[in-house]
Amino acid sequence: MAKLPEYNDFVKDNIFKTVLKDKFAKYAVFILLILYLAVLFASFICPYQKEYSNRNKAYCPPSKIYIINEKGRLSLPYTYNYIRFFDKENFDTKYIEDRSQKHFVKYFAKGYKYKLFGIIPCDRHFYNVDEGGEIYLLGTDINGRDNFSRLLFGGRISLTIGFLALFVSFPLGMLYGGISGYFGGKIDFIMMRIAEAIMSIPSFYLLIILASILPANMTSVQRFTLIVVILALIGWAGFSRVVRGMVLSIKKKEFVIASEAMGASALRTIVKHILPQTLSYVIVAMTLSVPSYILSESGLSFLGLGIQQPDASWGNMLKEAQEFINIVSRPWLLTPGFLIFVAVLAFNLIGDTIRDAVDPNSRER
Amino acid sequence: MNLLGYVFKRILQTIPLLFLVSIISFFLIRVAPVDPLAELRLNPSITQETLDYEIQRLGLDKPVIVQYGLWLKSFVKGDLGYCTTGEKVSDKLLERIPNTLLLTSLVILFTWMVGIPLGIVAALHWRKPIDRILTVLSSIGMAIPSFFFALLLLIFAVKTGWFPTGGLTSFNHSEMSTFHKILDILHHLVLPVLVLFTISLSGLQRQMRGNLLDVLQSDYVKFARAKGLSENKVVYKHALRNAINPMVTLLGFEFASLLSGAALTEYVFQYPGLGRLILEAVMKSDINLVMASLMIGTVMLVIGNLLADILLKIADPRVEVS
Repeated sequence: MAKLPEYNDFVKDNIFKTVLKDKFAKYAVFILLILYLAVLFASFICPYQKEYSNRNKAYCPPSKIYIINEKGRLSLPYTYNYIRFFDKENFDTKYIEDRSQKHFVKYFAKGYKYKLFGIIPCDRHFYNVDEGGEIYLLGTDINGRDNFSRLLFGGRISLTIGFLALFVSFPLGMLYGGISGYFGGKIDFIMMRIAEAIMSIPSFYLLIILASILPANMTSVQRFTLIVVILALIGWAGFSRVVRGMVLSIKKKEFVIASEAMGASALRTIVKHILPQTLSYVIVAMTLSVPSYILSESGLSFLGLGIQQPDASWGNMLKEAQEFINIVSRPWLLTPGFLIFVAVLAFNLIGDTIRDAVDPNSRER
Repeated sequence: MNLLGYVFKRILQTIPLLFLVSIISFFLIRVAPVDPLAELRLNPSITQETLDYEIQRLGLDKPVIVQYGLWLKSFVKGDLGYCTTGEKVSDKLLERIPNTLLLTSLVILFTWMVGIPLGIVAALHWRKPIDRILTVLSSIGMAIPSFFFALLLLIFAVKTGWFPTGGLTSFNHSEMSTFHKILDILHHLVLPVLVLFTISLSGLQRQMRGNLLDVLQSDYVKFARAKGLSENKVVYKHALRNAINPMVTLLGFEFASLLSGAALTEYVFQYPGLGRLILEAVMKSDINLVMASLMIGTVMLVIGNLLADILLKIADPRVEVS
């Protein structure tokens, strides 16, 4: 018996072609590729570790990079350090550039040691400055940590958490919907009422309550894993209902009866023969729900219930932007928000295109 | 009569649902290793009588199942216990629910007033520049995180000083005349409504566009055209009516997502709504308040869905209870 029906093969082949052909989706793929490469190579690209903190340079503005020197000549890129001083008249901390000392930007220079992909030991960085110089492309946060470096390290969490949650929630939803639809009757009734009950709780309320249950004294890896699980627990119910509806019609088909006649167990019939039939819907639903997971995680971390300091995620970096003084006079703290926006937009565009490719009705639109 | 029967059946259906939700959320919250009265115990203004009353009411010395039974009993009676601040939970909820309802109903009103026409425009100018522009705009609207947009609007409010930066009323609200009171509240509502409006508008516009496009390809529309009806009549008399029906069901979903989305927006704008209440409750691990607002949020959602279903029944009498 064929593992997948022809239609699904057609869909799988076509998805990539359609996405790459579409004008918007092409750019979206390109942007996401850049984002994922940047976070993958974060430790190579960034001159600072995410834990690096310069206590004397809290809220330091972005370093200016000069390529024209004071004589008006073209020069290698250089930057100045900032000096912090206290403005006694306005009672305000201010930064001015220390023009006495130039710091040239060095490429592929040596810096802190790290392991590329977690295995290859390395100490070269894409950019860095001379000894004694500081380069903060996007300024620093309240602890004097380099915003740019944290953006890339934080992106690792923000951009992967959605996918991980997806790979927990969708198999769960498929299996749940599959079992419910296949057995029918009382089992179906009870399982669907439970799913409906979970769907009736406003999802964000459920999310924050689940997140608040987490004990405070966890390692960051444990916390990350549990946040993934929590995010996954929110989305599966609605999805399982749709799968169940599809299973109801699929289970009457001949190949299901054949599988039963050959003595396959119920679980085998569901997993091997019924659920693959729902694949085209699942792919669409999965791509369309990546953005909502990214948004949920960032919302949760924004409230301080998700990823915790000192770990970075785009959501918890935005937490600092909650203060008026920060958003008005330190706009670089808003950059994580733009990245969330760009990533979600790109995923949405790709998702829409895939849906159009898979759903023959919408293709005509 | 038929309609009444339908409403009755639907209400009956929601009771076991709410029951189930209460079980799920009760045990979920009890999983947390938190003493539900820890904060109350620490609060010096809470008397021992209140504490004893709460221990009695929650049955904290009894097994979990009994606790659930006691909780359910007092919930049905309307006795929701005390917050950690010593206020009655029910008073607090009564203060917040109207604010959230005001916010969400304004948002739904505006999104429908704008989203439906924009959806129609996009569908009628399918693949023409205006449709393209609307598609791009709605993609942007869908991608922008609500709290980030709220922050951007806050910057705007702080820089221009045109809008208040939070809350629902000014500090001198109580001294104002009734007319100015209303104006004051509306002034405070502009930014939160704008955030939620932008975010839910995109989805609604897309849905409407899709529905109308589907309907425009159906046989009866082709027939209406073949009959020689004017395009306006075909669209507004035949197609639109059928395209709107699925939107009514969406109303319930929209209400649900607004309740969730509003929490973050309320938080950023310091808006005194249910979403912020539950957030604060969660952060202070105020179990009574969390439990009650979770239930109330669910009840509101269920009622929202119920109203949407009833509206649909009125709009399309063929609908039956599943």
